[in-house]
Amino acid sequence: MQSTDFANPIHVAALVRQIHAKSTRPLTLMEVCGGQTHAILRYGIDQLLPPELRIVHGPGCPVCVTPAETIDRAIEIASKPGVIFCTFGDMLRVPGSQTDRNRNDLMQAKSRGADVRVIHSPLDAIQIALAESQNTTPGTPKRHVVLFAIGFETTAPATAMAIRMAKELALVSFSALVCHVLVPPALEAIFDDADHGIDGLLAAGHVCTIAGDGPYHRIAKEFKLPIAITGFEPVDLLRGILNLVEQLESKPSSHRVDNLYEHIATADGNLQAQRTVESVFAVCDQHWRGIGPIPQSGLKLQPQYASFDASTLFPPVKLACEQPSCCRAADVLRGKIRPIECPAFGTLCTPSQPLGAPMVSNEGACAAYFLYQSLSDKSLSKTPTPIEKLAP
Amino acid sequence: MSIADWSCPVANHASETITMSHGAGGRLSAQLFEEVFAKNYPSPELLARGDSAVLDWSSENRLAVSTDAFVVQPLIFPGGDIGKLSVYGTVNDLAVQGAEPVALTMAWVLEEGFPIEELAKLACSVGKAAAECSIRVVAGDTKVVERGRAHGCYIATTGIGRVKPSVNLSPHAIRSGDCILISGPIGDHGMAIMSQRASLVFDPPLYSDAAPLHRMTLELIAKVPGLRCMRDPTRGGIAASLNELANACGLCFEIQEACLPVRPQVHSACDLLGLDPWIVANEGKLLAIVPPESVEISLQILRSHSIGSLAAQIGTVQDLYRGLVIARTLYGTQRIVPMPAGELLPRIC
Repeated sequence: MQSTDFANPIHVAALVRQIHAKSTRPLTLMEVCGGQTHAILRYGIDQLLPPELRIVHGPGCPVCVTPAETIDRAIEIASKPGVIFCTFGDMLRVPGSQTDRNRNDLMQAKSRGADVRVIHSPLDAIQIALAESQNTTPGTPKRHVVLFAIGFETTAPATAMAIRMAKELALVSFSALVCHVLVPPALEAIFDDADHGIDGLLAAGHVCTIAGDGPYHRIAKEFKLPIAITGFEPVDLLRGILNLVEQLESKPSSHRVDNLYEHIATADGNLQAQRTVESVFAVCDQHWRGIGPIPQSGLKLQPQYASFDASTLFPPVKLACEQPSCCRAADVLRGKIRPIECPAFGTLCTPSQPLGAPMVSNEGACAAYFLYQSLSDKSLSKTPTPIEKLAP
Repeated sequence: MSIADWSCPVANHASETITMSHGAGGRLSAQLFEEVFAKNYPSPELLARGDSAVLDWSSENRLAVSTDAFVVQPLIFPGGDIGKLSVYGTVNDLAVQGAEPVALTMAWVLEEGFPIEELAKLACSVGKAAAECSIRVVAGDTKVVERGRAHGCYIATTGIGRVKPSVNLSPHAIRSGDCILISGPIGDHGMAIMSQRASLVFDPPLYSDAAPLHRMTLELIAKVPGLRCMRDPTRGGIAASLNELANACGLCFEIQEACLPVRPQVHSACDLLGLDPWIVANEGKLLAIVPPESVEISLQILRSHSIGSLAAQIGTVQDLYRGLVIARTLYGTQRIVPMPAGELLPRIC
């Protein structure tokens, strides 16, 4: 497998040495990005760090924190005749409220006949709706296209563009089930808890690329936490970790926001994308699966786009869902424990039978731990085969 | 006992209906095979779980039989089409079992409204591929279903091949210390298909690796002392094939990621869609397990074929853990590579 500059083993080794040299005390660092969670576990970055340096994973997966009620709503809408339901692929396997026997997710709904389509961009849904509206075959009624609009600050601009386009094209057979969430309010909710136990934060570079770093300066100041804005590649992550270790180990320790993703993210972010989002969405309170309600942490459609709101076009379903008591998803999402410290992990709770939010999507922290299990807890023999021996 | 008293010996499934994941070659496919098919019509050959079954036929020859269905969308993709794929796929299932392909049968399921001109193009592609593989299409069937009940066409094949009595390939022959080889870069086919579906364009472009493996496998069988076992890592990618083998032989496969060939454009496409090349399908790659003393000759043979020019040793077999596949990363860290769960779903970010 080729390595890019951002994955270069020599750079990685140098950064790891510096982290080991500078680290003198136990520290807990949190990241809040599914891509970073994956990279850390896939490349075993956590195995390279000093043992007293703990990485925990916050609510970095927008798919995971989408409330079960919203998934139920999505399944209900998708299952209606005459609906084409468009969603990102990783939402297909995320369960809504579960009954005793049946797992309920969009993939099951699809297998029961719902027209669920995987899209790669919200604009794909507009293309489908446009094709539907131009369908003049006699005897075939035009179908209504629903976009399942989820994600953090990163995907909101594309959703906003799609909805603006729908209005410009006067599409009547298009709507969006919106469940966009915002990262900084969730972080503030986590750090508001006096025992949060987090010493430093790795902020997701792509979120800052869109939204800018403004909110992070406020968080760093208010909670006295150093923050490193960084990317997803091994070198990015280790630079971020080194930066936080340096800030925390300096005397006195500092709590700056340092942008290590400067090649992509700017302080202001993408202003055009922000304006597009503001023109379509207003900030609202939002329920996060596994965490609960967080004030001002979601997006809802502005009144002038209300006609595209699938949640009012389709009457709501009432389903209560409880998180099983043995599941410690809330503690995982707050960074209090790592997934493997949950009693249900890997036994009662697996990706095919998830109990809690972080196991439901591929991108969730529990699912990533399950997928990329490390052998460290299995008394691995410490005699690795040298890479040189095998190199062709 | 009346029929009413019969109970189906099928376990209660968490998922009550067939989903796309049941066809993806991962854990759910295996579960379906175990709990529905193998339970209801077990035979020693079926339970051997090979890509094809080997039957005793005469004292000189044994017969390899394999069957496969092709439902790829789009029907024509960069580097191939469903016709060519159906021939190569069947040939490869025979080839990795050590057989010399002899004949195949071909059933077409056609959708009402499918243009005959397009069908003729696919049939032409079948003819060319069969000639290339020196294999005859000896029987066939055609069924037509109503419009909307098939995406243009599906193909089902059965292949038969000849296996010499001296050939005995099996995961049970794998020993600790053996070496794991791959004939070239992984993930080409799956990413060519997914990129076309997602309308993603790469430079250089992505092409399916669809190719017949039998010339390579027959030469390995003839010349490699102690050749243990071969696999054709299609759906589920090398993660699925390696897990099946590790599980069958009860040993641990350690793969060095630094040695695993992946084309840069496949790497980029995987990054973009949030996928892992380990679980992406191949249609012209060979995994071979050989004893350490046969690595050199095996690699020489693989590299002498154009489709094997980038062949590499990717790992070794160890007896540290039972039935596990372990990846050693570029940085010397390790992780367990699990059996893929099901259908490949692009991640949101």
